[in-house]
Amino acid sequence: MTWFLDHLDVVWSRALQHSYLAGVPLVIGLLLALPLGWLARRYPRLYAPFTAGFGLLYTIPSLALFVILPVILGTRALDPINVVVAMTLYTVALLVRTVADALGSVPDHVQQAATAMGYTRVRRFFAIELPLAVPVISAGLRVAAVSNVSIVSVGTIIGVNQLGLFFSDGFDRDFYDPLFVGIVACVVLALLFDAVILLITRLATPWVRATGARA
Amino acid sequence: MINKTFAWLTDPSHWSGSDGIPTRIFEHLWYSALALAVAALIAIPLGLAIGHTGRGRLFVVNLAGAARAIPSLGLLYLMVLWLFPKISGDNAFLVPVFIVLIVLAIPPLMAGAYAGVEGVDPAARDAAKGMGMTGMQVLRKVEVPNALPLIFSGFRSATLQVIATTTLAAITGAGGLGRFLIDGQKILQYEQMVSGAIVVAVLALVVDALLAVVQRYAVSPGLTGRSSGRSASALSTQRSNTPLDVEIPVAQRTVDSQPS
Repeated sequence: MTWFLDHLDVVWSRALQHSYLAGVPLVIGLLLALPLGWLARRYPRLYAPFTAGFGLLYTIPSLALFVILPVILGTRALDPINVVVAMTLYTVALLVRTVADALGSVPDHVQQAATAMGYTRVRRFFAIELPLAVPVISAGLRVAAVSNVSIVSVGTIIGVNQLGLFFSDGFDRDFYDPLFVGIVACVVLALLFDAVILLITRLATPWVRATGARA
Repeated sequence: MINKTFAWLTDPSHWSGSDGIPTRIFEHLWYSALALAVAALIAIPLGLAIGHTGRGRLFVVNLAGAARAIPSLGLLYLMVLWLFPKISGDNAFLVPVFIVLIVLAIPPLMAGAYAGVEGVDPAARDAAKGMGMTGMQVLRKVEVPNALPLIFSGFRSATLQVIATTTLAAITGAGGLGRFLIDGQKILQYEQMVSGAIVVAVLALVVDALLAVVQRYAVSPGLTGRSSGRSASALSTQRSNTPLDVEIPVAQRTVDSQPS
């Protein structure tokens, strides 16, 4: 505990960097996955190749991806951009299927009712399908958020600044304090991400509470 | 770089001996398989029990969520530091790796099992009870077969995560394909690192493809959309007849979070 208080500033700066490396890809990944998931739902022929194809990205081990990306992107090995790109790929990998399935979970009769009320396809998507798909998309986003926070710490091996550096600090010196602080900080950060997504989902889906359905 | 990597991968001397690619693949698969087996023995019966009785669901869901948040690398370092003085020989490197992989594999396995049982059509369950089946018979003959697609989905997602994370075993001094990444980094031999990365990714893909084939033949045709007629599985709630090809944790959460 004293170690933690003595190193509060380092913990804070690494936690900020960690949130950036895990959070920015989450937003970019969601923005990329929405149109891709929509395409997979709109054109059934694309569903299998899209969901399976993007899902394959998830099979690449993070350590391997961190190592390969500088070769592909032409970036420097220690550039944090490698981590951002890797985490974005993982987020897209997890979310394309979720978005496609979430849009598919909107009942046909609801869509027909909207069409009958004169909604154009675009308006129907933004006013009806997307809001109703939010609970399912959010469930996928929560998994992606928590796994992103955990995976970013692997960046330690390639020396990127984030909370994982406390793991190697503690390990190299045979000293438990930084290790514990690093792990607890990672878990707290993951739970914070989760809580924020839950809160936004709650605000975006007032009807879920009104009808007593599970979100 | 691509040429150098290709040269490294096709060099016959890298395909033999105790630090060759086949040996490392074998080590990698053996760590992964043992961890998955132990995790499955713990998680699947627990998941089935929760799905069947509906008891303890909230507790386990939260526990699994928290377990997902634990960074594998941090846990690995912690376990090595703690267990290394207590264990002798090679096991001092291996036991921490197994603990981390088991902790990693339990949440998706358990989620698949309980979401699968929970999602079974209540009419099917009622019919089985009406026929005079006991609780165990309902579980064994109705719930488990119906839950198989999601149990497999959890198993495949656990397998992918475990194979990817076994790469970290090399950090503790244990073997596996992570050795090429770690050793390559030490001597700054980039082509070795990239080759190792490629071999792990291919291994994960091959194992997942094999599991897809097993799933195809293990799951009842009535559930996969291979036969005509309305599917009684939980998947039908998503109005998708496509069997889940590549499984990711979201699949279970999606079913789990279906507004009902």
